[in-house]
Amino acid sequence: MSFGGLYNYWIVILLMMTGFYVVIASGNLVKKIIGLNLFQASVFILYISVGKVAGGSAPVLQDGFEPYSNPLPHVLILTAIVVGVATTALGLALVVRIREAYDSVEEDEIHDQDESL
Amino acid sequence: MIGAQLPALQVVIPLLAAPLCLLLYRPFATWLLTVVTSAATLVISTLLLTQVLDSGPIDYTFGGWAAPFGIAYRIDLVNAYVLLIVSAISTVVSVFARLSVAAEIEASNQGIFYTAWLLCLTGLLGIAITGDAFNLFVFLEISSLSSYVLIAMGQDRRALTASYQYLIMGTIGATFILIGVGLLYALTGTLNMADLAERLPAVADTRTARAGFAFLTVGIALKIALFPLHLWLPNAYAYAPSAVSAFLAATATKVAVYALLRFLFSVFGESFSLETMPLAHGLAVLGSVAVLFASLVAIFQHNIKRMLAYSSVAQIGYLTLGISFVSELGLSATILHLFNHALMKGALFLALGCIAWRIGSARLGDFQGLGYRMPWTMGVFLIGGLSLIGIPTTAGFISKWYLVLAALEKGWWPVLVVIVIGSLLAVVYIWRVVEIAYLGKRLEEAPSGEAPLSMLLPACLLALANIYFGIHTELSVGVAHEAAKALFGGL
Repeated sequence: MSFGGLYNYWIVILLMMTGFYVVIASGNLVKKIIGLNLFQASVFILYISVGKVAGGSAPVLQDGFEPYSNPLPHVLILTAIVVGVATTALGLALVVRIREAYDSVEEDEIHDQDESL
Repeated sequence: MIGAQLPALQVVIPLLAAPLCLLLYRPFATWLLTVVTSAATLVISTLLLTQVLDSGPIDYTFGGWAAPFGIAYRIDLVNAYVLLIVSAISTVVSVFARLSVAAEIEASNQGIFYTAWLLCLTGLLGIAITGDAFNLFVFLEISSLSSYVLIAMGQDRRALTASYQYLIMGTIGATFILIGVGLLYALTGTLNMADLAERLPAVADTRTARAGFAFLTVGIALKIALFPLHLWLPNAYAYAPSAVSAFLAATATKVAVYALLRFLFSVFGESFSLETMPLAHGLAVLGSVAVLFASLVAIFQHNIKRMLAYSSVAQIGYLTLGISFVSELGLSATILHLFNHALMKGALFLALGCIAWRIGSARLGDFQGLGYRMPWTMGVFLIGGLSLIGIPTTAGFISKWYLVLAALEKGWWPVLVVIVIGSLLAVVYIWRVVEIAYLGKRLEEAPSGEAPLSMLLPACLLALANIYFGIHTELSVGVAHEAAKALFGGL
């Protein structure tokens, strides 16, 4: 396969590193969650790309739908998407609680408040 | 036949009890349901262990879909042993939890607390029982998400930031595991662990296999809190409610270590994962640094819960040292220490829970004369501490002993020195507490008197277990040996 034929994997790597960078570099708790989302989304694309069969159609069990793409990774990633949504929801709920307790969503400000105790 | 369905029931019972808990809502009813459910899982895991000891590994396929197509549970000695640890600790700690939780968490949140507890139990049992790599990821996320909730319920507002930090790092770890599993699937077309173990050797010498291995190892290492990926652990354990600290410290990292063992030894095989890949030396170095660094940091903590959390990081160092020997003896030491560490950390955190209930603090300064104000509780703490140090006739001694034997067998003298220094550092940080509690000023006006029996008894039970398994080692050592043999033999 040529270099360009693997372009979706390059997108995966780009998205993954972008998301990872945001998680590490951003001091804003909400932005961290968004970075985490990007990071997870890249893995979803990785799985979906793995399941794709060149020239394959949607996996329908009927004549004329041969060859078809591997449906298993798609199903797996549905589960992972659900997990991702749950994580995001929980993370954002925590951020709301943190804002109530500290009146801030900036990591360094929260850190300063804890230090001054 | 109900006996044949035990593996499924092990996970299904707590999973069904969790929503029921939310419906019951009233604190006492939800607590009772949690205790009964935990006890039921304890009974099942005991039955499973005896069944495995009698007639070898159990295979269970869901809905009659044969492996590798359906999700299969496979229980050998290692799983059965870990299942027993998790369910036993959950039972003991949930008995303790009622008054402790009543004191630390608002009545309106207690139903949610026990729901999260049961979900966490489901996830931990699921990780330990499943024979499917993707299923393991799902259970890992179930246990992680519910433990974030449990930790965030701590009284201190820092519990929120601790939980948030754990969420970020835990999710990165879980996503790494997901990438690893995906790469292995892309390579072999299967998710069943036994099937993976068969198909991997043929394709082991590819970049995909190595990348998958690396992602899985780093992901699980984050969950284990292996140094230097341990940053989430001290705050999470320090600010979580007392019962949660005891439950998670005794089970969560143990189950993650089990997952690491499963992938290293059963799926990839020890010759690939520890010899072809330079992981044995990596684990030896990281384990040694974890033991020394975390023990040293523990000495300087003023919050005793945080001190014990750092001590947990050090204990995880011992566990990985056992793996790094790549010998049956080293592996038995690791598996044995999983069990013994659960006992000692359980006892220590329960003692702290009793203290927190009475004096409302875990700061060293408030421990003045506590040995006379709460003699039984401090007795439990003392036994747990001695076990942590590794004094003979305690459980901790037995696992240290096997670890030392394994190091001698390999001739790794530096590791031996690390183990000894680690134990000496443990003497120092346990002594700080003992000194203040027994030799400090006796404050007359300070609150005193024991915690109620329903809290004290579980703590005493774990303390006695520490001594019992320090003297009667047939069960713990015997099973650990057999389990290590089974792991070395492959799936």
